[in-house]
Amino acid sequence: MASRARPLSLAAPALAVLLLALVLAPLLAVGLRGAGMSLGPADWAAVRFSVTQALLSAAFSTVLAIPVARALARRRFPGRTALITLMGAPFLLPAVVAVLGLLAVFGRSGVLNQALIQLGLPPISIYGLHGVVLAHVFLNLPLATRMILQGWLAIPAERTRLAQSLGFGPRETFRHLEAPMLREVLPGVALVILIVCLTSFAVVITLGGGPRATTIELAIYQAVRFEFDLGRAAGLAGVQLLICALAALIAWRFARPAGFGAGLDRDLALPAPGGWRTWGDGTALVAVTPFLTLPLLSVLLRGLPGLTDLPASVLPAAGRSIIVALVSSGLTTVAALTLALASARRPKPLIEAAATLPLATSGLVLGTGLFLMIQPLAPPMTLALPVTVLVNVALSLPYLYRILLPETRALQADYGRLADSLSLSGWARLRWLILPRLARPLGFGAGVAAALSMGDLGVIALFAGERQATLPLVVAQLTGAYRMEAAAAAALILVTLSFALFWACDAGGRRAAA
Amino acid sequence: MLQLDRLILMQGSFRLTADWSASPGQRIAVIGPSGGGKSTLLSAIAGFIAPTSGRILWNGQEIAAVRPGERPVTILFQDQNLFPHLTVTQNLGLGLRPDLRLTPKDLERIEDALGRVGLAGLGARRPAQLSGGQASRAALARALLRARPILLLDEPFAALGPAQRREMLSLVSEVAEATGALVLMVTHDPEDARALQGATVFVADGVAHPPVETEALLAAPPPALLDYLGRK
Repeated sequence: MASRARPLSLAAPALAVLLLALVLAPLLAVGLRGAGMSLGPADWAAVRFSVTQALLSAAFSTVLAIPVARALARRRFPGRTALITLMGAPFLLPAVVAVLGLLAVFGRSGVLNQALIQLGLPPISIYGLHGVVLAHVFLNLPLATRMILQGWLAIPAERTRLAQSLGFGPRETFRHLEAPMLREVLPGVALVILIVCLTSFAVVITLGGGPRATTIELAIYQAVRFEFDLGRAAGLAGVQLLICALAALIAWRFARPAGFGAGLDRDLALPAPGGWRTWGDGTALVAVTPFLTLPLLSVLLRGLPGLTDLPASVLPAAGRSIIVALVSSGLTTVAALTLALASARRPKPLIEAAATLPLATSGLVLGTGLFLMIQPLAPPMTLALPVTVLVNVALSLPYLYRILLPETRALQADYGRLADSLSLSGWARLRWLILPRLARPLGFGAGVAAALSMGDLGVIALFAGERQATLPLVVAQLTGAYRMEAAAAAALILVTLSFALFWACDAGGRRAAA
Repeated sequence: MLQLDRLILMQGSFRLTADWSASPGQRIAVIGPSGGGKSTLLSAIAGFIAPTSGRILWNGQEIAAVRPGERPVTILFQDQNLFPHLTVTQNLGLGLRPDLRLTPKDLERIEDALGRVGLAGLGARRPAQLSGGQASRAALARALLRARPILLLDEPFAALGPAQRREMLSLVSEVAEATGALVLMVTHDPEDARALQGATVFVADGVAHPPVETEALLAAPPPALLDYLGRK
């Protein structure tokens, strides 16, 4: 009956309103504090640089991910599973640590420049626009690959088989199966990366900087941290919001449903064309593997010797980080699933807004706003960890929502009417339809949320004192104190924990789906 | 009794009207050109499309506000009648208890229903391990368990061979007999309509005509039906 309460349908709008409040209230707080916002030429240069580097980073990451994802989708080779898992690694890698790894390979005394000098060639510099883009591609190419790979695997086996029976060659397969899937998946992928790069902070503070390579984020940080000019910070945050909203609108405009029906759970490999395409797929995989592994390897090599001599602050910080990550991941997954289920039948503007708006802000903007709101009520330090959880949930929710939405839509299209006709509703629907069918993306999403939260450095830097420090903050502090070996060791622990959390969630989901 | 009271269904520019009734136990084939609105009619009775105007009544009660699962209806779709991640037993169990808290007695009834449709002992299988005919049988077994007074069939056997389809039709008759259900079955084959041994609703040009005894209708078809059948 229409009168019977459906908990999920009531929870979603309430949750959406809560999320909107969580994002908008801090912006309002920042805006109110800083009256008379006016942006100077330096600020506009920051806006230009932000957009340029983000567009380049998103374009390179997305385009380069397509051949890699396709190779992983249609080839079976030893180590394939390991490589797919590895694809999660750079995204799990806290950005500061990733930058450390890239410096070890591409930096002034890095492996690459040493080789160039040996060959009598001039060394390259990693600082500036190309360095920022390189780091962003390193961090986001694997995420793009995994998102596109999920799209490939979501093409039902029936469709592939039909294509094979019709004698489709690689060209026809691309046109009728792969291109429609890519059209649906790519705008979402590019948008996520674009906005990650627009709001990226740790990369830019290390590899950027100066009048020619300062992003909006960095400018906000400098305005808050060094000048305590909250008006200027608010103005920059407003521009940031506009740019990100525009990016979201563009991607929404171009994303269209591929219109695949359901496939029964038969295991059928995608057709793997031979000839030069074998070499093409091989080249994509061979090229991407060292690019992703060498920086990680160098973090490992640098960190291992320091493990025996860890500062006392590392272990308690690791404990705090794990708790923050687990709580954030749980809350984010539940929230994202609730929202994605609510807009599975048709897009709902309120929910879309709530799940997209956090992308248009940043940890620093939210953190500053929350700081201003909390300050009159309590010492912000006492609320450092709850606030970190809250901001982590808000900031990782859009990713999880994007991951889950196509899945809940497909679920609704394929089984919604059958489930309705059987009165499968409420908890029974969750237990017997949604959780089993969505176990794989839910596990992946929970892993992403846990890793993002584990490696997050932003809010915590504004709030935490000695006793609230999370592991990324300890790494940053050790790096700042030039205790490089200890920093690398702490970074290694951070990476291991992030990776373990992600792996546990992702593997759990895959096992539940099998 | 199922009453379609000056029912108008609209989807975009598509419009379908129906104004007739059918009694329990009746077997009605729904035939007509594709895109004519056969599935739309069934979707409205099952509760997936709200009427633009008019009423759908069951035993004098309007059912417009009743959610699909609570209507006196079991519907079999063209495909996707079983959840691929659940076993056949669980798929049937959903017809008894959507929360799947099945008692030993429920399991007994499920096994019994499986036996009646010729699937004895296959309860532990997943749908992917069934043939198309077996999947249809499983869906019919669930209809048997649900025992709703209206059974809607939206071409669920379209993918089966003639012999299998005839078997399914006689199974439908058995299920209908056992549950006393009113059957509405979409088909594009007049032979299926004949095999159902009841009445036929002809759907064309935006109208679902009242049911007429099938043999009589096919013996003296109106012009539109004549066009559809392709006979001179």
